[in-house]
Amino acid sequence: MNIEGYSRRQEQVGRWKVNIVSYKLGDQYYCTVDNVEPGATLARGQGSTRDEAETKALDKAKELVGKTRVVA
Amino acid sequence: MADYARPEMLVPTQWVDEHKNDPGIAIVEVDVDTKAYDEGHIPGAVGWAWDSQLCDTVLRDIVPKDKFEKLLGASGIDNNTTVILYGDNNNWFAAWALWQLRIYGHGDGKLKLMNGGRKKWLAEGRELTKEPPKITPKTYEARDPDFSIRAFLPEVQKGVQEKFFQLVDVRSHQEFTGEILAPPGLPETCQRGGHIPGAKSITWSKACNEDGSFKSYDELKKLYEGEGITGEKPVIAYCRIGERSSHTWFVLRYLLGYEDVRNYDGSWTEWGNLVRVPIEKP
Repeated sequence: MNIEGYSRRQEQVGRWKVNIVSYKLGDQYYCTVDNVEPGATLARGQGSTRDEAETKALDKAKELVGKTRVVA
Repeated sequence: MADYARPEMLVPTQWVDEHKNDPGIAIVEVDVDTKAYDEGHIPGAVGWAWDSQLCDTVLRDIVPKDKFEKLLGASGIDNNTTVILYGDNNNWFAAWALWQLRIYGHGDGKLKLMNGGRKKWLAEGRELTKEPPKITPKTYEARDPDFSIRAFLPEVQKGVQEKFFQLVDVRSHQEFTGEILAPPGLPETCQRGGHIPGAKSITWSKACNEDGSFKSYDELKKLYEGEGITGEKPVIAYCRIGERSSHTWFVLRYLLGYEDVRNYDGSWTEWGNLVRVPIEKP
């Protein structure tokens, strides 16, 4: 199966930027959210629509990013 | 524009797409996010998990020789196989795997990174499959480990004191300054923020284009030489656990052709937790 509808964009979550990548493979949409710098995947989501996959991943990523401490 | 010092260490995505079924080639995916492979991988590619198959979790060490031999053999790789590595995050852990393959003596000529990694493959709309690869197990014989490309704590400490090595901190600027103790959203794994005294901050991602591929030789040369990292002195790269610095190690060793480059895989999770050892904060 070839990947369809590859999409990549950035959003600001609090003080941090995240990348949101989503695409369709077969009949499912997949989404990963990473923390831009360094780019580590924070969360992933899967669903029958792009919106469903992105919402699942982004909600989890927001929770994780919100725990980041700035110490200095 | 000058070519990379060792251009044969890279292959484009298009080449992999055209040659993925060739005999004598093994494609291996190594991701930071170990679930990515199961979501879909290049047809025929084997998946290795960095956190269980490429390390000794008891000693905190690279994969032991016997386990390495079994892993490669079970992946259909023998000593004559050309191994093409790719992965997510612009090949972080693919570079980590390549570094370990070099430690155990897999020949440079039979070792390559797919330029741009999983990111570029996905963006180009290429094929993925969930089908496990059909593998014929082989026998692999590793050499004794060559640690000339690995830095251990004592030599880093000696290097800091005697300034014999140049240290490159490849983490984000906010990790370098100590503003944060871990990348946003990831668990903190050190007691203090900052960097090893004398280290230069050159974030790993500065070596990459937006599509995940490596910048040109001229751009890389300008980047590192602009910070005084010329290859005239031995270089030690470090990050948090050694995977981002594997990426920089690859750039300095194979794309710029520096002779003596070492990856300090103990990195900040080791140095940042040491007792009575100084750090620097800007």
